Amino acid sequence: MSDVVTVNHAPTAKQSGQVVKALEASANRVDWANHLFKYLFMLSAFIGVFSVGLIGYFLIKEGMPALSYAGVTNFVFGMEWVPPVLFGIAPMIVASLISALGAVVIGVPVALLTAIFLAEVAPKRVADVVRPAVELLAGIPSVVYGFFGLVIIVPMVEKVFNIPAGNTLMAAIIVLAVMILPTVIAISETALRAVPRSYKEGSLALGASPMFTIFKVLLPAARSGILAGVVLGIARAIGETMAIIMVMGNSPAMPRHLLDSARSLTANIAMEMAYATGLHSSALYTTGIVLLVFVMVLNATLLYLNREKAR
Amino acid sequence: MKNLIISSISAVSLMFGASAYAASTVTVSGSTSVTGVMEVLAEKYQAAQADAVEVQGTGSGAGIRAANDGTSMIGMSSRAVADDELKAGVKQFTMAMDGIAVAVNNANGVQDLTAEQVKKIYMGEITNWSEVGGANMPIVAVTREVGSGTRGAFEDIMGLIRKINGQKVTAISPRAQVQSGNGAIKTLVANNPAAIGYISLGSVDESLRTVKVDGAPATKEAIRAGEYGVARPFVLMVQEDTAAEAQRFIDFIMGEEGAQIIESEGYIDVQ
Repeated sequence: MSDVVTVNHAPTAKQSGQVVKALEASANRVDWANHLFKYLFMLSAFIGVFSVGLIGYFLIKEGMPALSYAGVTNFVFGMEWVPPVLFGIAPMIVASLISALGAVVIGVPVALLTAIFLAEVAPKRVADVVRPAVELLAGIPSVVYGFFGLVIIVPMVEKVFNIPAGNTLMAAIIVLAVMILPTVIAISETALRAVPRSYKEGSLALGASPMFTIFKVLLPAARSGILAGVVLGIARAIGETMAIIMVMGNSPAMPRHLLDSARSLTANIAMEMAYATGLHSSALYTTGIVLLVFVMVLNATLLYLNREKAR
Repeated sequence: MKNLIISSISAVSLMFGASAYAASTVTVSGSTSVTGVMEVLAEKYQAAQADAVEVQGTGSGAGIRAANDGTSMIGMSSRAVADDELKAGVKQFTMAMDGIAVAVNNANGVQDLTAEQVKKIYMGEITNWSEVGGANMPIVAVTREVGSGTRGAFEDIMGLIRKINGQKVTAISPRAQVQSGNGAIKTLVANNPAAIGYISLGSVDESLRTVKVDGAPATKEAIRAGEYGVARPFVLMVQEDTAAEAQRFIDFIMGEEGAQIIESEGYIDVQ
């Protein structure tokens, strides 16, 4: 130790001059890699923003003729879809909302209980089997869900409710409820795991039972995260197209009850796009605008919820 | 320098090569219903000689426009084309007939419907099979999506048309289930004992059963004889002063070999 001190003498004036020069040189050198990556990141970020802007502009530009022909009120509240004369999408708005809400009513309790099971109750070995299975559910293509719905759910709905055709809102709700499970489970589980351990420990130390702790302490604490999961689940349900086309029957009339065939906004676009021309085609883009507004409202809700969480 | 010369020569030859190729390409566009059989015809034609054929399914309306404007050499339509829809100097041929079969589930006992009954079923006025001599069960009517050529032809032939604000629109009940494509309709009808649907005659198979309309079976013979009413023509339109290669392709379609291909694709040859 003392050796080092004796060797390490004070720098001469010449040496300190060299150090200063080296520092100046490194300060003056342009760090190209740094700049390159900075702009690469910026470019990537703008590609996303640019795409959203372009899609929005494109939808509004293409959808305008039909919107100005029918008027916003007739379009959104109109009950009859008879292209190329009447463009009322109220039945489809109702179908999209009911099917998404129905899916939430059935799917969210199941998803929430699964998330609690995975985060709090399940032994590690069981959770290691359940979690990949749920994640796999997220990876199944929607056309496969549609096919499953067509051959299993639709005939089941026919039998259970004794109706001639099972292609109904009910079938769509059941299929969508399964489809939103992975989204809601994954986000709720993360939210539950993010609750500080001290909450749980405090509750248990006060003599509360594990179930009391879960329902009265953990769930309220993870509330905003769970709600964010539910909102994303609704967005998934509203945006689903292929599976819905296969199981909901696609009638453009206002559904009278859950056992009626109905058409969602997404199905309306996908079904008629192939042959539509002129005003009819424009009306499909306007349907897209309505969908975009729905998704924007949902995202705004999500932002609001996340703001609550941050506070 | 030498390289530059070589590459510019090859570039120029490429340009001329491409234009020479394009000059012997026959362009065909229009009805998506006709596109299927037209692609098979084009494939066989290209195998037999040097001209290339480009087929695009854009819809009957677009096919008529293309023939009028000359944007395609040959236009295709899956409905009868009125003379006043075509400019002077544009002629039309009927290359084939396509029947639309009204089909029910194999378990359904109904064998025979009148055109009027089929119309009322689709308008939502007849809603139970017992009203047309079947079992007491509700009718599930299945239709194609608005804009489909098969739906357009079915509406035209059956008179399923009403007028709103002076424009002709569909009179098919909005309660009818909608499926896109012959295949989707077949699947639904084949799996639902209460369903009725209409599909192109070429796509009928044993998974479902066709019904007689006004006593005539949905067969090629009945359509050729003019007995089965739910049928439509496949029309080709071409300008009189069209390119020689387009005329050669039409001669092929209307000839012996073309007729065989049309028959083997499930449509009815009319020559």
